[in-house]
Amino acid sequence: MIRSEILKNIAPIIRDHLVVCNIGIPSQELHAIDDQPTNFYMLGTMGLASSIGLGLALSQPKTVIAIDGDGSVLTNLGTLPTIANNPADNYILMIIDNGSYGSTGDQPTYAGKKTKLERVAEACGCDNVIVCRAEDTGPALEEAIAAKRMAVMVVKCESGNAKNPVITMDPVVIRDRFMKAVQA
Amino acid sequence: MNIDKKITDDLVANDISFVTTVPCKQLAGVIDEIDARKEIFHIPSNKEDEGIGLCAGAWMGGKRPAIIMQNTAIGVTINTLATLIQYYRMPLPMLISYRGELREPVACQVEMAVHTKALLAQMNIPTYHFHKQSDVEELDNILKYTFMCNKPVAILTDANFWGGYGDQ
Repeated sequence: MIRSEILKNIAPIIRDHLVVCNIGIPSQELHAIDDQPTNFYMLGTMGLASSIGLGLALSQPKTVIAIDGDGSVLTNLGTLPTIANNPADNYILMIIDNGSYGSTGDQPTYAGKKTKLERVAEACGCDNVIVCRAEDTGPALEEAIAAKRMAVMVVKCESGNAKNPVITMDPVVIRDRFMKAVQA
Repeated sequence: MNIDKKITDDLVANDISFVTTVPCKQLAGVIDEIDARKEIFHIPSNKEDEGIGLCAGAWMGGKRPAIIMQNTAIGVTINTLATLIQYYRMPLPMLISYRGELREPVACQVEMAVHTKALLAQMNIPTYHFHKQSDVEELDNILKYTFMCNKPVAILTDANFWGGYGDQ
């Protein structure tokens, strides 16, 4: 199972929540599968989905799901101690770990080799780390949302991308639409 | 005048309630003051681009953010400023310790100081330079300006402004 199949499976679950989606193909896939005003698509700035998601969760009460990747978390590893030490129980960081940099040609990441992000997260002090198989993502996510406890999910899946067009929506429109959904 | 208290008072008066910091010796006092204020949620970051991401999220969540960092961070945050803060048009006051200016004891700090204003100018980031303590009187207006225009705005604060480094 690849990331786009996971996103298809969880689309009915995440559409009722605020979603911050990682740069590149993940945002293109989510946009094609189920575009919602509650989706914030990152068009640039690799690595910051988890930071934006945490800032958002700490600043308002709605549930926030940041959909990140192993490569992006590796590029901003400092995010995990910050998340661990500033818990927001309305925050779920979902790391879709396919062991590769999908948007740039599926080059392997270190998470696909020796590095285990779930153990990194635990070592950073994240005390609710959930590891699941791609096929089990939906039920695991529903459980994590219902628990109302900050969670870092590491979803293991295969490398690969669906073919979708780039997002041409203006960034200010994405942001404005999203902020109205946050306030709604 | 207690400069740390004055800066923090201005942040609070402008409804800034989410502040991320990466420390600098010059900023130690203001960081302590911010940490002590109940009106402000203080969240230290490990790197300045991470901090800017936190600020972007906080602003979209309805809070007014600010980042406090050293000018060396300009070298770290150019991409984040361009592709997140400017591209999505978000406000971000950046209170910056301007190391490598007059009264600087550490030579290496000068190497980024000579690039600081040029980089900010290249990025079309409105930039203010506090050199004398009385320059702080402009802070309130700079903060209002930042949230009026939805841009990142830099406030460079040098060693002379902070009163030098003592016997370092």
